[in-house]
Amino acid sequence: MSANCLLDIENLQVSFFTPAGEVKAVSGVSYTLNHGEVLGIVGESGSGKSVSAYTLMGLIANPGKIVGGTVDFNGHQVHKMTEKEFRKMRGSEVSIIFQDPMTSLNPVFTIGSQLMEMLRLHTNKNKEERKARAIELLRLVGMNEPEKRLKQYPHEFSGGMRQRVMIAMALACEPKLLIADEPTTALDVTIQAQILELMVELKKKINMSIIMITHDLGVVSDVCDRIAVMYAGKIVEIGSTDDIFYNPKHCYTEGLLRSIPKLHEKGHERLVPIEGVPVDLLSPPAGCPFAPRCDKCMKICLRQMPEYTEISPGHKSACWQLQKEQFENAEGGNKE
Amino acid sequence: MSEKLLEVEHLQQYFPVSGGLFKKNYVKAVDDVSFYINKGETFGLVGESGCGKTTTGRTILRLYEPTGGKIIYDGVDVTHVPFAPYRRKMQIVFQDPYASLDARMTVGDIIGEPIDIHGLAANKKERDERILSLLERVGLNSEHANRYPHEFSGGQRQRVGIARALAVQPEFIVCDEPISALDVSIQAQVVNMFEDLQQELGLTYLFIAHDLAIVKHISNRIGVMYLGKMVELADSDMLYEHPIHPYTQSLLSAIPIPDPHTSRTKKRIVLEGDVPSPLNPPSGCRFRTRCPYATEQCAVEVPEFKEYEAGHFAACHRIGEI
Repeated sequence: MSANCLLDIENLQVSFFTPAGEVKAVSGVSYTLNHGEVLGIVGESGSGKSVSAYTLMGLIANPGKIVGGTVDFNGHQVHKMTEKEFRKMRGSEVSIIFQDPMTSLNPVFTIGSQLMEMLRLHTNKNKEERKARAIELLRLVGMNEPEKRLKQYPHEFSGGMRQRVMIAMALACEPKLLIADEPTTALDVTIQAQILELMVELKKKINMSIIMITHDLGVVSDVCDRIAVMYAGKIVEIGSTDDIFYNPKHCYTEGLLRSIPKLHEKGHERLVPIEGVPVDLLSPPAGCPFAPRCDKCMKICLRQMPEYTEISPGHKSACWQLQKEQFENAEGGNKE
Repeated sequence: MSEKLLEVEHLQQYFPVSGGLFKKNYVKAVDDVSFYINKGETFGLVGESGCGKTTTGRTILRLYEPTGGKIIYDGVDVTHVPFAPYRRKMQIVFQDPYASLDARMTVGDIIGEPIDIHGLAANKKERDERILSLLERVGLNSEHANRYPHEFSGGQRQRVGIARALAVQPEFIVCDEPISALDVSIQAQVVNMFEDLQQELGLTYLFIAHDLAIVKHISNRIGVMYLGKMVELADSDMLYEHPIHPYTQSLLSAIPIPDPHTSRTKKRIVLEGDVPSPLNPPSGCRFRTRCPYATEQCAVEVPEFKEYEAGHFAACHRIGEI
């Protein structure tokens, strides 16, 4: 692991053992994250984008289990950690903000007491210092009259304000990594713009890394340095933001980019949807999970999962289209 | 000049909330909203949560009785007449395909119910044929008729919701955020289907959504609402290229654009603060508390909703100056 590397996930596999069978939510995901970097994880519901990041927080609850792979974060072997060790790490080294700020705050405690609880658990500040820090944090996330705000309850806040409180809580102990799981999905556009701006600004101020989990391609293009595109528990393509938007190499990424309407283009062009429905993770297909919906699907796609092809340094994609020559020479090829 | 199918004049929808012993307060969900929709056109309605766009749609269908104003459908004032005959002509597709279908009915019965209510089929055979053709029309097939909603994905459920709306052969459909609960890759499928149906059946849509990109894509004209008021209304390309109301301008600039080059160079107007409570909206122009251009006049006088160029309406005191 290089000195600048904060997080190294290697071949992570997470399954949920449900009565209906094993659901492979994440099957063989690898990525790294450097200090101060923003990585976007894009995918549809059920693509495993949240699960891969929740592993880091030790939030995979029964019947979920890490089946294989390693997660190396800031010197911790996360995949082997116990609940007690997680408790120490959560909040102080890695924090998370959730999609829904309405349900992530406790309605019967004031904002102040929830903020100061974090500080009580993870720092050895005394009461006065904690209060001073809580005020400082609220000011940091752009709240006016923070002294007054401390005594208020979550219901007195609007959605955007609650998300600001969540961010303040997450940042209380200056974590190395912030996981933002659809942080703006529940918010209105103008409030979303405020929160995204705040996150980018804070990132610069305290040099933390961010994993931004979202389905919104607009949000990732705004704030991310690199993007991983997930489909059915696999990263199908990973690369810099420009790579993904201007030089997509996986059919799913291309399809996704084609299917969204372009606000800044004139006139009316018909959308090009991705046909079909997302895969059933209870019985995933043998080959590339996207193959049944792919318009460039070949015989081999249905049989075998392709390896990653490196297009340029840091830009990888797992698609047989990129290995056409290789597999055509291989046994059977495309001529069945 | 195309023919107007629906006209809404000074529509008002106040919801009473108790404000103390002798005081009655109102949430002014929709306040003095006027617009019209031409036959065969798609009219988009956008705004943030609580701006009254859904209430407008539902009030037009008389799912809420309007507290003021007029709804004129096909030249007839339908604001207070018995509405049953118009239910056949005006339908709705709801946002949440998980909540809007009865979990204990088969998809066939869900689609068949409006046919039964309006007595559109003479016998069972005809009814079944109709259900089947509706299912095919929305891209499902006959074997789906005997299944229950939980067996379907979100996109398929929304198709069932659309088939149900089409069952009575309506002329006008209110689409209330029909795709915001769907996955990105499925959204385009459903949007295309709406467009196909419009062409084949000559439907007129009121398309309500908060996603401006989708609304711009599907609509001919767009109205922007803020806190119960219509603030701007224009042809969709015109609205995007040349918004004149400061709220529309900031709304457009706030949308994250899925194009890294554009989003890096774009100048963004980030609005301060939150949307005020509709229980106690600001005096004068309702946007003034967040507007970067507000003057004293804006606090006193309610701006008039005026036409500034052909087909381009807005309500702002400072248009022309800013």
